[in-house]
Amino acid sequence: MTPRFRRRTGLAAAAASPFAFAACARQPVEPPEHVSQAQIDDAMRTPTELNFWTWVPGIEKQVALFEEAYPDIKVKVTNAAQGAGHYAKIRTALRAGRGAPDVAQIEYEMVPAFTITDHLLDLRPYGAGELEDQFVEWVWAQVSGANGEVWAIPQDTGPMGMLYRADIFDAHGIEVPATWEAFADAARTLHEADPEVYLTNFPPSQGAFFSGALWQGGADPFAGSEGPVLKVDVVSEAAQRVADYWSTLAAEGVVSTDPDFSDQWYQAANRGKYATWLTAAWGPVFLQSTAASTSGKWRAAPLPQWESGDEVAGNWGGSTNGVFNITEHPIQAAVFAQFINTDPECTKAMATEQFLFPPTKALLEDPEFTGLELEFYGGQKVNEVFAQISATVSPDFQWPPFNDQVRADYGPTVGSTIAAGGDAAAALGDWQDRIAEYAEFQGFTVEEGS
Amino acid sequence: MSTDTADSASAAPITPRSGRIAKRGKGGKGPRYARTGYLFVAPFMIAFTAMFLVPLAYAAWFSFFREQMIGGNVFVGFDNYTRAFSDPQLMAGLGRVALFFLIQVPLMMALALFFALALDSALLRLARTVRLAIFMPYAVPSVVAALMWGFLYGPDFGPIAQLADKIGATAPDFLGNLMLGSIANIVTWEFTGYNMILLYAALRAIPTELYEAAAVDGAGPWRTAWSIKIPLLRPALVLCMVFSVIGSFQLFNEPSIMRTLAPNVIVADYTPNLYAYNLAFVGQEYNYAAAVSFVLGFVIMAGSYLFMLATNRRSRS
Repeated sequence: MTPRFRRRTGLAAAAASPFAFAACARQPVEPPEHVSQAQIDDAMRTPTELNFWTWVPGIEKQVALFEEAYPDIKVKVTNAAQGAGHYAKIRTALRAGRGAPDVAQIEYEMVPAFTITDHLLDLRPYGAGELEDQFVEWVWAQVSGANGEVWAIPQDTGPMGMLYRADIFDAHGIEVPATWEAFADAARTLHEADPEVYLTNFPPSQGAFFSGALWQGGADPFAGSEGPVLKVDVVSEAAQRVADYWSTLAAEGVVSTDPDFSDQWYQAANRGKYATWLTAAWGPVFLQSTAASTSGKWRAAPLPQWESGDEVAGNWGGSTNGVFNITEHPIQAAVFAQFINTDPECTKAMATEQFLFPPTKALLEDPEFTGLELEFYGGQKVNEVFAQISATVSPDFQWPPFNDQVRADYGPTVGSTIAAGGDAAAALGDWQDRIAEYAEFQGFTVEEGS
Repeated sequence: MSTDTADSASAAPITPRSGRIAKRGKGGKGPRYARTGYLFVAPFMIAFTAMFLVPLAYAAWFSFFREQMIGGNVFVGFDNYTRAFSDPQLMAGLGRVALFFLIQVPLMMALALFFALALDSALLRLARTVRLAIFMPYAVPSVVAALMWGFLYGPDFGPIAQLADKIGATAPDFLGNLMLGSIANIVTWEFTGYNMILLYAALRAIPTELYEAAAVDGAGPWRTAWSIKIPLLRPALVLCMVFSVIGSFQLFNEPSIMRTLAPNVIVADYTPNLYAYNLAFVGQEYNYAAAVSFVLGFVIMAGSYLFMLATNRRSRS
């Protein structure tokens, strides 16, 4: 073996640190109390170029509509990476003080990671405060700061539901389970009847799924964290109920535990190994393209409930557009973020052409959107199902200021223990310890629940 | 003893002593020669300084600080290093790559030596084709190799699993408890050819007189291989081993790629390099990542040094 490809990777990683150009950092914008309409009009007539970093396919459509409305503003779209790579590049550029975009795609769970470092511009003075009524309540809560700041404009969401194989359910006489208890019974029945098939797959390293499951289960582990105080309670009763549930099913061997979005998983989905996929509103269109051979066999339904008769959902995924306070063009950037996510033509295209699940009330009630019948789901109006689910997502779920680390610690502690059918309570405790230790290293005052 | 003679004989033309004689012989041209020499190495030295020494020094400086989300950046002296030496995650990673080294490297070196000797014996037909075939995997980028093997190993979808299924057996859990062995297999596949070429080149450099002398003394091919070729290969073998120490401890690409297939087995701290990467780019602990990288560097230096010390002592005795 030679060191040719690997030498110094670690050192290079360390050396490429964001400190490098700290000397020439730009000063952040001090947000004004209020920006008048005249100021906005004036700015929007000043020739400007905005930098927008996003991974959303086909966003050029919305950008074109914006440039048509404001011909003096040009928007340069950059797809730097998706997810972790995207944020790493943004952080580096922000710390360097130059090269950072004016506007960027930010997932809900990452908004606090950029407010803790004081990099997001409060969009209230630029008119974003008045947009609240256009958005679903829980979505707006996700982008709102503790003092009413508007940190980003919601673009799409992922209220969680269940996609199931109607043919498998019918063949084994399984009713669509309304509660988690019924779901567990169905898992046992189905696996006993056909050992090749599992009612669902628990993805062991998919922290985002587990967050959504906690959300639905009424756990809000980081509630009340603000500034230097980090509250963490992943060991709450509600969290234990969720973790125990999955650990028990895994221990009984009646759910599979394959890593999701892997070759194995795609293959298994096509082969009919899983009778349901517990997913989010972006799932239906995604599945349609990845499990094409199963067209017509799937249906959508809300998630099973913890208490019979409840209607509660969690959210998994979705993102926003935020403006960084190092921008030289705060007004134009803020108007842009608002325009592409509220202009009727823009948002309609997002929902019906790019299949981003909308956060705006107008679209969720629009018959053209909800009435769409998908052949893959036997002509079911899947959007309507998820639009109804969206209304049941709890507004109480706060993200920690370092969700990427929390996710990284989830896999080796909780995820792998559940997959092995181990002691879920102990695993949650390990997870909490790791989070608390990291937070202390980062200088937070940690308040643990127990 | 014969090694020493061979070494000094081949090294004679570039010993410092002969250099000095040459300089004296040319009179006062020495300094100008020296200046020209520096000019020739300047392009390399500039690039080496800018791309290696400066980042290294920078990372070293960086490792003495701690930047926090709350509280900003403070000088912490050796705190990051004390943390590293008592970090169970780092120690687990080091233990894992050490185990990897102990399993994989002897196997790979034995294979490389075997192939090199076989090629050198001139008994093989199609020697060129065989040489190329064994060397070929080294030309495959390690990322591609890992992807390819990941597919071969795959449970459910992989060809090995499907074959096992056809004959009614269960394929071994390559991506589960056998993971380290699976990675060792990929690395062996990739680098056996490379080591073979190094050894083969060294074999070709052995003076044929020695073989003739051995033949006169009545040594057969096995005896020649054991008593002449392998002892004379010692420097090349040591070189290959040192490369392997470095390569093993810096294991990164293969586990990093295989991670998507088995995220529960290959955790963020699976190898020290992967750990440093995740510290920096997931946890934003850049300073600590720098310290971990230096600790890893020291371990590798110490390992290589100990290894060379051990082999030198053995050759002297």
